[in-house]
Amino acid sequence: MDVKNWVRLEFPSESVNVLFARTAVAVFASQLDLTLEEIEDIKVAVSEAVSNCVIHAYRDTSGSILVECKYTTAELEITVEDFGCGIPDIVQASEAGYTTIPEERMGLGLVFMHELMDHLNIASEVSKGTRVVMTKKIPQSRG
Amino acid sequence: MLSAETVNQALIISLEGELDLHTAPPFKQCIDSHLAKNMALKDLILRMDKIKFIDSSGLGVILGRYKLIEQRGGKLVFVACNPQVQRILKLSGMQKIAYFTDSVKEALSL
Repeated sequence: MDVKNWVRLEFPSESVNVLFARTAVAVFASQLDLTLEEIEDIKVAVSEAVSNCVIHAYRDTSGSILVECKYTTAELEITVEDFGCGIPDIVQASEAGYTTIPEERMGLGLVFMHELMDHLNIASEVSKGTRVVMTKKIPQSRG
Repeated sequence: MLSAETVNQALIISLEGELDLHTAPPFKQCIDSHLAKNMALKDLILRMDKIKFIDSSGLGVILGRYKLIEQRGGKLVFVACNPQVQRILKLSGMQKIAYFTDSVKEALSL
């Protein structure tokens, strides 16, 4: 299906950029006929994906985060990519409550992404990085 | 963006803006310093009416503070959440451990 529009953002893994990323994606998504609730879902999912890059991928270092958004008439696809440490076990990382930092984190980042988006795909290689691709369907009935 | 007051054994925090990875640390420090200074504080009441956004980083800090007040036999109460924020709180299972009210007065009477 034809891509109607796209945007690509690159920024350093600073926590202040989590707000920037979700706001920028929400503004891009607002070109589509989505409800306020659907836009909020997207904001939370992007916030989780970018936060994971800052907290986990680059842990004590810093690096670059890429966010790409594109849409067709059927769906919005958001890719969040880092070049950090990678996830050794994606299945374990996807479990509700699983976290490598139990004091302050609920282990809900990936759970929220699963719940709030229609499709989630995670590809990761240790020492190479992680790519998260999330899609939100665009309801056709709203025309 | 943060203000705090104490009423009897309750710490009431008024939050504003967006609670995420970047804004959660000052929120955590504010609550922790009040709890450390005043051992009589038990309940944590969070006024959420001016909170526009929360994600799992914000929720993680709230859960961490809940563990502190739980040890003192206290309660966690969310006051006046907007529907989007309430949805995320419920999705996280927060309703199993916390109370939700419309007003501070109601929260204080629990």
